[in-house]
Amino acid sequence: MTEHTLLSQAQQCLLEPAELQLDHLRQNIARMMQHQADDADLYFQHSVHESFVLEDGIVKEGHYHVDQGVGARVVHGEKTGFAYSDELSLPALQQAADAARSISRQGQDIQLKTPVMARGHQLYGSDNPITSMDTADKVAWLRKLDGWLREQNPAIHQVVLSLAASHQTILIANAEGMQVADIRPMVRFNVQVVVERDGRREAGRGGGGGRYDLQRLMNGDLPWTFCRQALDQALLNLEAQEAPAGPMTVVLGPGWPGVLLHEAIGHGLEGDFNRKGVSAFANRMGEAVASSACTVVDDGTLAERRGSLNVDDEGTPTQQTVLIENGVLKNYLFDRQNARLMKQQSTGNGRRESYAHPVLPRMTNTYMLPGEYAPEEIIASVKDGLYAANFGGGQVDITSGKFVFSASEAWRIRDGKLCEPVKGATLIGDGPSVLQRVSMVGNNLELDAGVGVCGKDGQSVPVGVGQPTLKVDELTVGGTRAGG
Amino acid sequence: MNSIQHTQPQALDATQILQREADLHEAVALALESARKQGADQVEAAASLDAGLSLTCRLGEVESLEHHRDMGLGITVYFQGRKGNASTADLSARAIRECVQKACDIARLTEADPCNGLPEAEWLADTPRELDSWHPLNASMEQLIERTLACEQAGLAADPAIRNSEGASFSSHQGISVLGNSLGFTGTSRGSRHSLSCVLIAEDDHGGMQRDYWYDTSRNADMLEAAEAIGRRAAERTTRRLGARTLATCQAPVLFTPEMTRGLLRQLVGALSGGNLYRKTSFLCDSLGQPLFPNFVQIHEQPFLPGALGSGWFDNEGVATRERAIIDQGQVAGYVLSSYSARKLGMESTGNAGGTHNLTLDPGEASPEALLQQMGTGLLLTETIGHGINLITGDYSQGAAGFWVENGQIAYPVEEITIAGNLREMFASVQAIGNDVDARASTRCPSLLLGPMTIAGQG
Repeated sequence: MTEHTLLSQAQQCLLEPAELQLDHLRQNIARMMQHQADDADLYFQHSVHESFVLEDGIVKEGHYHVDQGVGARVVHGEKTGFAYSDELSLPALQQAADAARSISRQGQDIQLKTPVMARGHQLYGSDNPITSMDTADKVAWLRKLDGWLREQNPAIHQVVLSLAASHQTILIANAEGMQVADIRPMVRFNVQVVVERDGRREAGRGGGGGRYDLQRLMNGDLPWTFCRQALDQALLNLEAQEAPAGPMTVVLGPGWPGVLLHEAIGHGLEGDFNRKGVSAFANRMGEAVASSACTVVDDGTLAERRGSLNVDDEGTPTQQTVLIENGVLKNYLFDRQNARLMKQQSTGNGRRESYAHPVLPRMTNTYMLPGEYAPEEIIASVKDGLYAANFGGGQVDITSGKFVFSASEAWRIRDGKLCEPVKGATLIGDGPSVLQRVSMVGNNLELDAGVGVCGKDGQSVPVGVGQPTLKVDELTVGGTRAGG
Repeated sequence: MNSIQHTQPQALDATQILQREADLHEAVALALESARKQGADQVEAAASLDAGLSLTCRLGEVESLEHHRDMGLGITVYFQGRKGNASTADLSARAIRECVQKACDIARLTEADPCNGLPEAEWLADTPRELDSWHPLNASMEQLIERTLACEQAGLAADPAIRNSEGASFSSHQGISVLGNSLGFTGTSRGSRHSLSCVLIAEDDHGGMQRDYWYDTSRNADMLEAAEAIGRRAAERTTRRLGARTLATCQAPVLFTPEMTRGLLRQLVGALSGGNLYRKTSFLCDSLGQPLFPNFVQIHEQPFLPGALGSGWFDNEGVATRERAIIDQGQVAGYVLSSYSARKLGMESTGNAGGTHNLTLDPGEASPEALLQQMGTGLLLTETIGHGINLITGDYSQGAAGFWVENGQIAYPVEEITIAGNLREMFASVQAIGNDVDARASTRCPSLLLGPMTIAGQG
């Protein structure tokens, strides 16, 4: 689909029902710029979200949510004025524009910029995934998976399945005259299994999705794989013993364990924290912050991935940005404001949860490139350590650099072999030094299944992570079993 | 200097919100009526309007000014036990009718669950109470900026080790919500909430940086702690973390500050909440009447405290809230249930759809200093990070920071450690409760001294 068709579709969805024209946007941006601002933009958004939940063998709940609105932002040096309206009309737009511009000084008239239609990638289709499958079929799919899963093991006590789809139309106009639209589909399937045996209960979780439609998600092997993984995880944890406590060699599995990169270095390389000098990575450009085996990128251009975008939420096309190359810190992640203040170019990482939230520099899909070792070789090299195949979430203090992530599926490694499973435990490390302890990088790069949600300043956005199998020579494992 | 240009003398106009209250009632009435016309046998609708602002000043300048205004309507319909839910941010009559239509469409496709439905009529609240929750902001933008700048300035000036800042922020929200259902319940709640916070960065001579913060929150902006005091407290909390080191792996008692105790109580409420109980995803299934804490521990709900952040006379379904014990003399005295989870468990709703109301851990006699003395040698926990809590088993493993305490005295700051244990054992191990209640949230609690936990660190 061409950018022209996208723009006219977005106009039809967002502007026409409100009797707004592109000229109204330009006039309001000119008003916002009158106060000698550096930048101003308007972000129109319409989003529809639908989900169904199956529990106790029946699809007992469904939700449908429609949201729309416009966010107005004025940027003046380090200052930002921001206002939004969930009503789309010319008076509401003007009110938001006036509120946003109160951040900067009174100024003079400025010239209206000639509109420039911007060009983004074409990484995903624009069709509405909610209507890509009959509602009755969605319900039937959930029942079918539930029936199949319950037959797999008598220990299954509870199955909760959900199927969600959303469709967003956005239109961005800014002070440079740029006008750009994007239509963003997203689908997601989730499963939680609770198992019970001999009075002990555990849960396992699985799921995934991306920027495509429900037919693609449900008609392949994926849903069955996610269900199987959730069950295996729950059964494994029924057998799990106390996790060790203290520093040890940790091997991280491929794919979602890349949440390590997201927490340990990704957040610390976001432009706002580095401009303000509050990140543990500030002023370290060009320094070795990882072992030479590590090359880490952020890439918003992967087709149909959860973290991908044709353009970011400021209209900048996304790109692949090398964060760390052979261990050396190469780039930060930028939105327009922080790039301007640090005399850099935006890397297409300006993102926002919705029209009601201001733009922040955020990650897209963050992953480490593959190395030379076979995963079995890496495990065989460990005399005594932990193998963590899957994780829950993580968190980082970007100033001290300390980060955590919580294992949800782990085994003890003894003499190069996977031994007993151990309970979930939090792993804690230091962002600027943990990658310096990566001594082996696998040849098996995997991206996660499409489950990541990243939170920053109270805003959630979808992201992806990935990595090959990695060996970290020392990381602190937060189990209960000291000296074990 | 800053020169903020604005057209309104008041930063937020509360009268505008109050004028819209009638619109919210109309929206709810229209939604109920449309759903009945569609054939729904039960229906519930909630409409809300919230307006606010947040102002951040950093390094002596206004950094950002955000204006918020959110409106929404949610509708839930039931057709013989089948349920559909839809919501919209557009409160026009056309959008409301579409939203109702969508909810009904969904209900027709879902399957009947006998536990679905509105609360039983006798559970509904019928006594409106004035809870002193409405104190709209009464300040000009200049005054807010002055107050926020003063907060950060006091922090920056407090100690030469404070070398950077993430700024001081003032945020203010005031909102109205109206809930109605087809059993004839209508309830309106009005609430304001204001907070002032400050986040500072300290740096030592080796380039090691630490960040910490302080804040206050209140229904009434005039009741907030003085701006300068908040800035100074943030500075003190930040600089005292400089030079933090890790610990050798060990077992030691842990003293939770009031803010950390709040996190523990949140886990307790999660484990006692109906959703986790009927799914059996809690380690506290069938725990009613069982001992969980030592017998000096009392935890209860106080929904009618005037001016408190968690007060309300009805829950998200219109069920009457109650003053009641959750933990009485250390034993589990009540679950945390909505109508649905109550029916699943064969019980009555406890008025907790949407959460607890001023959950309170009763304070003890001991000052924070006395608790340090009682602990002797151990960890004073001031921060946890991560998501390492498994409510099904109670297994607990979190990243931590705080202070190592020796002979009742703070010895040095610690970081890059984890604390681990099991919530059941942690609750049973409570040694003492402090007298230092933190009431800056819906959950009100003091410091809590726990028995030994596993602390993991390097070495």
